[in-house]
Amino acid sequence: MKSNQNSGLRRLFYSPTFAVVIVLLLLTVFGSLRYEGFLGAYNVSSVLRYNSMFAVVALGMCFVIMTGGIDLSVGTVAAASSVTAAIFSPYGLLAGLGAGLATGFCFGLLNAIIITRLKILPFIATLATMLAASGTALLLAHNETVSVSYDTAFTSLGQGDMFSFMRPEWVDADGASTPAKFLGFWLAFPIPAFLALLAYLVGALILNHAAFGRHVLAVGGNEDASRLMGLPVNRTIFSVYLISGSCAGLAGVILAAQFGAGQPIEGVGWELFAIASVVVGGTLLTGGKGSIGGTLAGAMLLGLIFTILNFENGVGWISLSAYWQSVVRGLFLFFVVVMQSRLSGVRARS
Amino acid sequence: MTLSSGFLVRYGALLALIALLAFNFAVTPNFATMQTLSVNLTQVCTIVIVGIGMTLVIATGGIDLSVGSLMAIAGALSPMIFMGTLIPIEPLWLAITLGIIVPILVAGMFGLFNGWLITRFNIQPIVATLVLFIAGRGIAQVSTNGNLQVFKVPEFQALALARVLGVPFQVWVMLLLVIISAFLLGRTIFGKQILAVGGNEAAARLAGIPTRKIKMIVYGISGLFSGLAGLIVIAMNSAADANLVGQGMELDAIAAVAVGGTLLSGGRATIVGTLLGALIIQLVRYTLLANGVPDAAALVVKAGLIVLAVWLQQRGR
Repeated sequence: MKSNQNSGLRRLFYSPTFAVVIVLLLLTVFGSLRYEGFLGAYNVSSVLRYNSMFAVVALGMCFVIMTGGIDLSVGTVAAASSVTAAIFSPYGLLAGLGAGLATGFCFGLLNAIIITRLKILPFIATLATMLAASGTALLLAHNETVSVSYDTAFTSLGQGDMFSFMRPEWVDADGASTPAKFLGFWLAFPIPAFLALLAYLVGALILNHAAFGRHVLAVGGNEDASRLMGLPVNRTIFSVYLISGSCAGLAGVILAAQFGAGQPIEGVGWELFAIASVVVGGTLLTGGKGSIGGTLAGAMLLGLIFTILNFENGVGWISLSAYWQSVVRGLFLFFVVVMQSRLSGVRARS
Repeated sequence: MTLSSGFLVRYGALLALIALLAFNFAVTPNFATMQTLSVNLTQVCTIVIVGIGMTLVIATGGIDLSVGSLMAIAGALSPMIFMGTLIPIEPLWLAITLGIIVPILVAGMFGLFNGWLITRFNIQPIVATLVLFIAGRGIAQVSTNGNLQVFKVPEFQALALARVLGVPFQVWVMLLLVIISAFLLGRTIFGKQILAVGGNEAAARLAGIPTRKIKMIVYGISGLFSGLAGLIVIAMNSAADANLVGQGMELDAIAAVAVGGTLLSGGRATIVGTLLGALIIQLVRYTLLANGVPDAAALVVKAGLIVLAVWLQQRGR
């Protein structure tokens, strides 16, 4: 009985999301004490801006992984979407956004059809789509980057600030008070980060409050049982790959808008970043259990670690070449999967 | 229907290869020359060698994404040893012997690390090998500082450039490994145990098969073979570039295995099929290049090929 009473609190403390948030806070405190300008408005907004595309990709990956699948194609699909978004950017913000999203959706559709109709393992199907998307991106872009149009508002999707139109002058005045600076920061909230937050909000609502969300977890937990219970298993699996493709499409749009070009050879290793974020956030790779908030926290944690590494390069006692980044990324994934295996092992035994 | 698709599964790879050859003889200019044969054979060697290790791993129901990175590690380590930048070694033959054996063993150790992660922590192979897929290339880049190591050591490069009976040495190595591995998989208890683990791991364990040990060994073998392939690549290029050696090899190797008719969920595997699969992939790439199709389109074709092969294979079951 007693364990029942505080089980809610206990669950919170033992939940992976909680641990990630604690680590996130500790690292932020560490960074702000160690480096000048770490919590400055400029650094915070550029970190949010840059990591928003990875966060969006991780959201789609989270849905796929919750069904027990995997989507290796997200990186090159994002690259292909950045190319089509750049090609359509002269026709306006919505045309560029629509083209990028549609490209992602189409590759998601391709994944969904191969997996549910041809019954091919997700990892092989998405591997093939990864190649196909990369080839398509290079063909469309004629093997070079495609400049976006600066005549339309398209670039604001990556470079813009959310409330710049209603920004009062006194916020930027010399010697502005701290609350004014604080307000100034929030008014300068990057549009891509806002898009990412919006996507996560919708994702969390779907997972926790829609029948579809329960179907996703049920299918990941036990596909055969879900089928016997009459759940629309195929339709659920079909949908998660559409979601993942569309998320990759959105990330591609942000990529093109942020760097001013569609980049056919970008996206290498994005799938790893996404998988790592999802796993760090406490979603089981075997499916059936997942957390949207945890995935967001995981993506932020990964972004934060790389920011700290960059700052450390500037001031600190270690000089890490860019090559160290992949070693660190690999080590990080190593610790996370080992920890997850340990934790789930303990839970299974107790 | 079942008969014809069963036939397709068994001889599909061979038929596809014959069709590709026939197409090339008819269309591609200068196809029927010794040079074309030599180019294609030398290029396919590394795919086959890595593909054999991958076949064994996939036969146990696993996957190894780290092969390309392990090639880069072996390729980065070897010149440091035989050129004496790490520690000067005399005489030359000893330096070269060590420069071949040590990198292969190191790659094998990393393979065992993959196996350890998978068996000790019950981590899915795709995620466990992802660790070295990311970190491995980083290790190779960090140890060379990202620099290109250029060398001209004919004694070492004999690995790729020497010819025995007019055929490149590496082709003999490849054939030898194919024969040994086919024998290992088809005719030994160890081979049967590999397939049993892939077919039904729980049943295999109950039957007293040391499933963990078997898995450790196949990932170790995959590492060793990747190391060897890395050495062949740098010997061919007389340069080691940690950024490029083995890049994308995991896709080629998996594609070769899939096209060759090995069941990707484990339990049924064919080494000769992997050889045929690698030949098909190499020949498709060559056909497209020789007929002026851009590289990017070749990627799309390869993607279609993988899906088609796996789909045909599953229909045959």
